[in-house]
Amino acid sequence: MATFTGLSALWFAVIGLLWAGYFFLEGFDFGVGMVSPLVSRDDTDRRLCMNAVGPVWDGNEVWLLVAGGATFAAFPRWYGLLFQGAYLALFLVLMALIVRGVSFEFRGKLDSAGWRRTWDIANFAGSLVAALVWGVAFTNFVHGLPVSAAGYTGGLIGLLNPPALVGGLAALAVFAFHGSLFLSLKTSGELMQRARRVARPLGGAAAVLLAVTVAWAAAAGRPWQALSGAVPAGVPLALGVLAVASLAAALLLVTRGWDGFAFAGTGAAILLSMGAVFAVMFPAVIPASNGAALSLTVGAAASHPYTLVVMTIVAAIFTPLVLLYQGWTYWVFRQRLQRPIAAATAEPAAGGR
Amino acid sequence: MTLDLARWQFAIVTVFHFFFVPMTIGLCFLVAVMQTLAVLRKDETWDRLSRFFGRIFLISLAVGVVTGIVLEFQFGLNWSAYSVFVGNIFGAPLAIEGLLAFFLESTFIGLWVFGRGRLSPRLHLATIWVVSAGTILSAFFILAANAWMQHPVGYTVEDGQAVLTDFGALLGNSTLWASFVHTVAAAFATGGALVLGISIWRAHRAPGDVERDAFRRGATLMCVVVLVTVVVTAVSGDLQARLMDVQQPMKMAAAEALYNTQNGASFSLLTIGNLSGQPIFQIRVPHLLSLIADLSWNGQVIGINQMQATEAARYGAGNYTPVLWLTYWCFRAMIGAGVLMILGSAWGIWLSWRRRLVPSRWFRRAALLGIALPVVANASGWIFTEAGRQPWIVYGLMETAKGVSTVSAADVAGTLAAFVAVYSILAVLAAILVVRAARHPLDRVDEAPGPDETPSAPGLVY
Repeated sequence: MATFTGLSALWFAVIGLLWAGYFFLEGFDFGVGMVSPLVSRDDTDRRLCMNAVGPVWDGNEVWLLVAGGATFAAFPRWYGLLFQGAYLALFLVLMALIVRGVSFEFRGKLDSAGWRRTWDIANFAGSLVAALVWGVAFTNFVHGLPVSAAGYTGGLIGLLNPPALVGGLAALAVFAFHGSLFLSLKTSGELMQRARRVARPLGGAAAVLLAVTVAWAAAAGRPWQALSGAVPAGVPLALGVLAVASLAAALLLVTRGWDGFAFAGTGAAILLSMGAVFAVMFPAVIPASNGAALSLTVGAAASHPYTLVVMTIVAAIFTPLVLLYQGWTYWVFRQRLQRPIAAATAEPAAGGR
Repeated sequence: MTLDLARWQFAIVTVFHFFFVPMTIGLCFLVAVMQTLAVLRKDETWDRLSRFFGRIFLISLAVGVVTGIVLEFQFGLNWSAYSVFVGNIFGAPLAIEGLLAFFLESTFIGLWVFGRGRLSPRLHLATIWVVSAGTILSAFFILAANAWMQHPVGYTVEDGQAVLTDFGALLGNSTLWASFVHTVAAAFATGGALVLGISIWRAHRAPGDVERDAFRRGATLMCVVVLVTVVVTAVSGDLQARLMDVQQPMKMAAAEALYNTQNGASFSLLTIGNLSGQPIFQIRVPHLLSLIADLSWNGQVIGINQMQATEAARYGAGNYTPVLWLTYWCFRAMIGAGVLMILGSAWGIWLSWRRRLVPSRWFRRAALLGIALPVVANASGWIFTEAGRQPWIVYGLMETAKGVSTVSAADVAGTLAAFVAVYSILAVLAAILVVRAARHPLDRVDEAPGPDETPSAPGLVY
């Protein structure tokens, strides 16, 4: 069987884009959740942080669900074998997403400091765990997984190898940097200043950790390069280097006070990193670190062309629409959040909800 | 062992998710109706009610959303072989559900929650209708996936995978359309029953005439909503039964625990003893099962023994009979709850006509208990239809035992325990918050964020 066809390669790219979009968008949600304890002085600050992503976090998370659904439809074997293999890792992410998901909606519902504190911690921990596990997972895809005929069977422990842990920390730092820049764009006054201040060390850490991750991956090599259609190693390396450069540029820009451009820089770094990950993997969807022939390829995992054509038509019609109205939401809520004048910590201040 | 645990895990995470889904679909639609009445008639009462029930809707939505994330991945986690077999077909509606429905819901809910006072009233009203459309679209696509498991259409099997050959057939599946109407009508009834129970209770305890009047109006409307939607649910359910009689005769027989083929089969309201064919005590309605199955007085309903023999001959030796006590009692719980809802809402309409809706003590108690009826019906209906398909995961194509992942029983057991623990906490918290929201005073209009309050700056809602 061919390692890929035009249609299946297109869907591989679509799924890459969905993941990239997911990490670009939910990346700053995670980041805001993670840096909230660093930049907040009181309950109102923490509330501002949560409300900064309030109107959009749910829509951002749907990118993940669509990536999951699209993988199921376009690559049933990828969906089936990967998730049973990475069972506990995916479970951890799901738990983290549940805990942080309800934290947004529940936090303001009871007028009790302890209650709000609990959900602040839930939001922080959920964001942190999800970001870390995603980083570990995708670094593993770059290095390849030890695969047997039954797929990956190494369990959670097998995923927690040194390069993957560094990759996980890199994801943490990149998202935290991305989120702190988002906060500096969405808030005002002292909170904005503090968000800008924490952005610098976070940006430094992100650039260094991502550089190490890229270098480690480049040094490790990949046995599945022998598969026909594999992208020359220079391409993902170049994308990875550009991602690190974008982070460095973002760091420079934020020190100059150009937060908007800096945010574009972290966004670019995330998109470029995901480009690198998918370029490294192609034409494998589950790349084997123990021999090219064991890899699950795009061609072998893909659905029948009929399904792919149907999906292509549906996606071509509706994706522009989705981008349009998601974009519109950001436009509607483009203003910076203001600290309430009385700094009243009493909950439902506005709208009573 | 992995198989049983995986089945328990799927049953628990799905049924729990589905406590909130119909509630959310129903409440969203009803809040949209209330807000429409408020905007079009410039009626303050409906505006207050829409805000009041909007709060409860958001709690239900939040739990529904987070538990829904789990389901998107549950197939890959625990049902890997199934996923590989059906992905070509089953995955498509799932992906389309995300692209068409989840994006709409999640984006516009943000606009609705944070856009109050910032978007114009009509645009703000439009956002909640878009959310409602999203929830209903979502129901359609996930039911398209499920209907294919009940009654596979538009496919061939190639190299051990079911392959889609006709997307139109997938979306035109008769099973899908019947269950879509049934599920959405039941969801509206679920929301209606909740609004009814809370409204009656609040109208009774209202501190003043304004609040009493507002909740009385809400309750009166909900009596009509519940009656109409439960009747639609019943009619579409009957349509489903006739499709089931042709498409899954074993499930029809299992609904009654009917062992042998019968003409003019009767329907037992309840059975004491066991369902082995020699019950100790039964109350039976003559000919009713035949009427349910094919709308005829003396129509033939095929028995379990005959179906077992037919399927064994077609698919090879094996047990093709579902767990009968489960299908039998779930079928009765579903129908019984529906009948009680029809009677209860008709009673409410009569009381309302006699202007005794709020004073009636017995109706108040019934309406509060009635909140649970659709929840029971929804859960038992789904347990019936999924358990009644067993041993098949895809009817006639793949057995449930062949669809399971190759993960260790310990992993499934551990995650199952964690899901149960976390979901239990979520259930308690959601219940506390809903009760609290139900006690919340109706907003006075001056509490609403007015245009004087820096209209363009996003507010702090969470």
